[in-house]
Amino acid sequence: MSLVPPLLAVEGLTKSYGGIHAVRGVSFSLRSGEILALIGPNGAGKSTCFDMLNGQNKPDSGQVRLLGEETTGKKPREIWRMGVGRTFQITATFATMTVRENVQVALISHGRQLFNFWGSAPDVDRNEAGRLLELVGMSGYADRPCGELAYGDLKRLELAVALANDPKLLLMDEPTAGMAPRERVELMRLTAQIAKEKSIGVLFTEHDMDVVFEHADRIIVLNRGTLIAEGSPAEVRGNPQVQAIYLGEGLLYEGGHREGASA
Amino acid sequence: MAFYVVQFLTGLASAASLFLVASGLSIIFGVTRIVNFAHGAFYMIGAYIAFTLTERFSGAFGFWGGVVAAALAVALIGVLVEMVLLRRIYHAPELFQLLGTFGLTLMVEDLVVLIWGPDDLVGRRAPGFKGAVDFFGQNIPSYDLFLIVLGPVVLGILWLLFQRTRWGVLVRAATQDRDMVAALGVNQKWLFTSVFAVGVFLAALGGALQIPRDAVHHAMDLRIIVEVFVVVVIGGLGSIVGAFVAAVLVSELNAFGILIFPKISIILVFLVMAVVLIVRPWGLFGKPEAAARKTPGLTVNPWRPLTSNERLASLAALVVAALLPLFAGNYALTVGSEIAIFVIFAVSLHFLMSVGGLASFGHAAYFGLGAYGVAFLAKLAGLPMIVCLLLGPLLGCMGAAVFGFFAVQLSGVYFAMLTLAFAQIVWSIAFQWVSVTGGDNGILGVWPASWAASPSHFYWLALGVAALVTIALRIAVFSPFGYALRATRDSVLRSEAVGIDAKRIQWTAFVIAGTTAGIGGALFAYLKGSVFPDNLGISLSVDALVMVLLGGVETVSGGVIGAIVYKALNIWLVSQTDLSKLVLGGFIVLIVVVFPKGIVGMLEVLAQRRRKSSPPGSSLLAKPIESAE
Amino acid sequence: MRARNYIVGAAFALLAAGMGHSALAEDIKIGEINSYSLLPAFTEPYRKGWQLAVEEINASGGINGKKLVVVSKDDGGKPADAQTAANELVSSEGVAMLTGTFLSNIGLAVSDFANQKKVFFLAAEPLTDAVTWAKGNKYTFRLRPSNYMQAAMLVEAASKLPAKRWATIAPNYEYGQSAVSVFKKLMSEKRPDIQWVDEQWPPQGKIDAGPVVQAVAQANPEAILNVTFGPDLVKLVREGNTRGLFKGREVVSFLTGEPEYLDPLKDETPEGWIVTGYPWYSIKTPEHDAFLKAYQAKYNDYPRLGSIVGYQTIKAAAAILAKAGSTDTDKMIAAAEGISMPSPFGEITFRKIDHQSTLGAFVGKTAQKDGKGVMVDAAYKKGADYLPGDAEVEKLRPKD
Repeated sequence: MSLVPPLLAVEGLTKSYGGIHAVRGVSFSLRSGEILALIGPNGAGKSTCFDMLNGQNKPDSGQVRLLGEETTGKKPREIWRMGVGRTFQITATFATMTVRENVQVALISHGRQLFNFWGSAPDVDRNEAGRLLELVGMSGYADRPCGELAYGDLKRLELAVALANDPKLLLMDEPTAGMAPRERVELMRLTAQIAKEKSIGVLFTEHDMDVVFEHADRIIVLNRGTLIAEGSPAEVRGNPQVQAIYLGEGLLYEGGHREGASA
Repeated sequence: MAFYVVQFLTGLASAASLFLVASGLSIIFGVTRIVNFAHGAFYMIGAYIAFTLTERFSGAFGFWGGVVAAALAVALIGVLVEMVLLRRIYHAPELFQLLGTFGLTLMVEDLVVLIWGPDDLVGRRAPGFKGAVDFFGQNIPSYDLFLIVLGPVVLGILWLLFQRTRWGVLVRAATQDRDMVAALGVNQKWLFTSVFAVGVFLAALGGALQIPRDAVHHAMDLRIIVEVFVVVVIGGLGSIVGAFVAAVLVSELNAFGILIFPKISIILVFLVMAVVLIVRPWGLFGKPEAAARKTPGLTVNPWRPLTSNERLASLAALVVAALLPLFAGNYALTVGSEIAIFVIFAVSLHFLMSVGGLASFGHAAYFGLGAYGVAFLAKLAGLPMIVCLLLGPLLGCMGAAVFGFFAVQLSGVYFAMLTLAFAQIVWSIAFQWVSVTGGDNGILGVWPASWAASPSHFYWLALGVAALVTIALRIAVFSPFGYALRATRDSVLRSEAVGIDAKRIQWTAFVIAGTTAGIGGALFAYLKGSVFPDNLGISLSVDALVMVLLGGVETVSGGVIGAIVYKALNIWLVSQTDLSKLVLGGFIVLIVVVFPKGIVGMLEVLAQRRRKSSPPGSSLLAKPIESAE
Repeated sequence: MRARNYIVGAAFALLAAGMGHSALAEDIKIGEINSYSLLPAFTEPYRKGWQLAVEEINASGGINGKKLVVVSKDDGGKPADAQTAANELVSSEGVAMLTGTFLSNIGLAVSDFANQKKVFFLAAEPLTDAVTWAKGNKYTFRLRPSNYMQAAMLVEAASKLPAKRWATIAPNYEYGQSAVSVFKKLMSEKRPDIQWVDEQWPPQGKIDAGPVVQAVAQANPEAILNVTFGPDLVKLVREGNTRGLFKGREVVSFLTGEPEYLDPLKDETPEGWIVTGYPWYSIKTPEHDAFLKAYQAKYNDYPRLGSIVGYQTIKAAAAILAKAGSTDTDKMIAAAEGISMPSPFGEITFRKIDHQSTLGAFVGKTAQKDGKGVMVDAAYKKGADYLPGDAEVEKLRPKD
């Protein structure tokens, strides 16, 4: 136990819907610069768990602390202000705005310029936006309307947007869902690289086990709302309980089942 | 006691008439997402045709056959309208269909007078339902009993149709998820056409069945359309049962409300709707829409500030406009002032609607409040014109602050309807509070001070304010705030995830738009020298919507151009012909078909074509993109 | 983009300004405004009436030898549009005076415009007392008997009824409200024993007649005052007939005897209502005969009250212009104050004191004849007999 609180500390997180426990007593923690994967079969409570971390959903009980500060019950935008960036399972971007403008909006918000009625927004943080786009390899698309982008590019844009507030923590809900295998690897390699450079903690859920085992420093496994395993990729891979669950489902790979219609 | 039972039954009979029309509207909206403004027009044509048929053919068969034949005939007209007009604009920006159906309504209002003459027509009573039934000394018209039975019967038939037929299953599926049905390989075109036909049939049947109780006349449509919309929204969009419950609720509240508050009818439905929407934002039986389409049709033309050349051109245009007094007469200048004022009004709604994605159906409330603000200050406080002009719009600002706070909690059509409800509440206050507002006789004698009295001076004033307002709002569009507002329009989910308080941004936009509209209203009061409740009435709100849609909701300057074209054409037509509605409606329908992106939108597409010789044709159409699960 | 906007706007404005200079300079032009597209049932006969008058005037040599031209505009039922039209007529058409209007608020809007722009305005139809009293002005005159006058005519008959318990049904806007309040006031003066047991205020044009009828019946009045008209009246009468509301009750009703409102009722016309109106079929005076014959010859149709109002409006305008011998506003006002002239209803005078004409109305009872509604026992009531004394009028009218 060090005196410095962990970046993210989750304790006894519980949520039930109509008597059914979606998430029950989940506890884990995350250090700066660490990449933590949250996995589990369908209906294990990953999304519920995730939504309680980012403020979309309120836990029945339990606590979430970011650098020692309580985030439970806070709204998504307040959690973002505390330094948490996020990407969505199905991308959410500003479809009528250009790629650069998407990033600029996040920068404007970060710079608390939202109620500036007179400034020229195209010039606000233009360079910073360009830098972020370059970071994710989207420089060439800066002036393209976001509605025209391919799905993989949207995911990369989301990453750039998520990085706009200099986050300490990135929450990524199935960051590679709906992408081609090669794109998946590229995106996660990029994410990992940025995380290490900037010492950002990353928590992500993922169906693609290749991605998980290649990029996660640590993995936690959720089944029926409870945490059943935690450890390094190698430890988790060898855990018989985990094997049973995944073998029971028949397949390790089942990504892309939810977002098929949306691209 | 017998009295209360009979009053209840009477309320049920009113509810049945309302339900027939409302159910059709609800079905059409649920599946096609079309805000069918022409629904009242179909109701009216149903009544007219049924009148003709039942007069011509006698006997029971003649009457009932005539009623059904009329409804079928109108359904056929509906099919024609759907195929010729609506099919072309399903992919146009949201609410653009409102413009098309509004144009149709205008045309129909003049056409029925041309065909059936100006007199009110009173049709036959229904054979077998002419008298009344005695109920403990109270009389219940037997036709009321017929309607009371008919309402639930129609509800039952619709229920069976939707639950027990393949068509009904598809319709329900389409109500949930249109793209899904298309993906299943269903011929969406014919599904929509058939749904539209059924909806129109119900409207026309509702109209035809009014023959034994009402007079048939050319304003029937407007008298029912708003009320029916309200019923559909109270019930929850797309819910037939909801429409039925809401019709009963509204009718019964009216039947018993007038016993205590005889003046309640004028505002009752809007009060009920406001309360329901504040408490249950999706109506009584509606379901929250799963992150509905967030954008008014995705444009692939990103907005950009004017280039320096375009700025010069705009400035030149402004200078030309400012030179008008050198060669135009007083009338032209006064018309010019009126157009400038409507430019202010239209750009204010455009800011809310295009930039903020919040289509207000009651924007005239803030225009009118600005006008009344001026009238109060000038007539009651006797303040000088310049002070009134500066302070008057604050009334619009305050109204927008209060109503906007509640309205921005909702989105889409529910937002639109709540703004409509608020506008109607304000209207009825202006209409009823005779001692303060003068009621419908208005406040007279609000004439400009001598420095602004001459038509050319007033024109320069109006033009100057319009230019300032347009420039200021344009700057705001490209300000950080404007970006944030567009962000909340495109995706509330993403906005919140980057720290934007979407409701607060939208509320601010609402207040800005309301205040700006108030500035227009303040000038309008001085232009006309008087203020009347119609300055905040529905038809002015609709005018504003039409101006924005006509100009192009996806463009930055659509409000300006829409206001100029619509207002100039309107003034000119009203001056030239009594059939101005027919011509104007025809013009609007034409624009809708030829320029489904509005006038400015079309010009932009053309300009883009010229720039790139071969644009990807598909990119001109809106592609649905899900923002979230 | 904006460049185009302004050019289009300017083009339209110029186009509008350039319209209608067809009349010759020596013609006398009168501007006329009415709600043609909103209220065709009333304004169509009205238009026929004034067109007949124009024809007659020009056939007999015009006004002091000059041809009379009427430039007519639609106001769509909106006060603001009426002002635009008034402005066009005055600024662009150069008319000598404004006439017309039906709705009270439009009448007031144009009257206020006339006052501001110093233009002569002869209001044809608007009934509100404010036009000549509370908001009266130097430039505005009115032809039709006002709300007050019609109420006074009805009260004369109503106060003789034995009924003591009264209920009222009126459209919920200024016209309905002031009709009820004047009626109540005048009735209560004559009959202090009267009780007002219920009042119903359905919204204009949107009456939900069933519940209204039922509510009135529940109050069990001995007599009912009705102010609704048009489609509302049709619904009220149909529901009232079916539910027996009018059985054994006296009904006094504004305007119901006018053919515009009575004719649609056909075989549902209630019997025995005391109404104001226009029984064109039973008026046997030489003036009216001449009008009726000319109207029927020209249009092959019978006149409505609107026809009379339209006809007499233009006749009055012509008489004023002829007497003034000029189109100067002040001279026309001087000529109009106290002018007397013939009308299909006999001689009328525009009073100097409040600019109200003494045109009267017929009061009678409704009846059915061959499945049609008619007015019987109708008697003409001269407007002059139903106006308050001069001292009271002085108090009602603002000083110029």
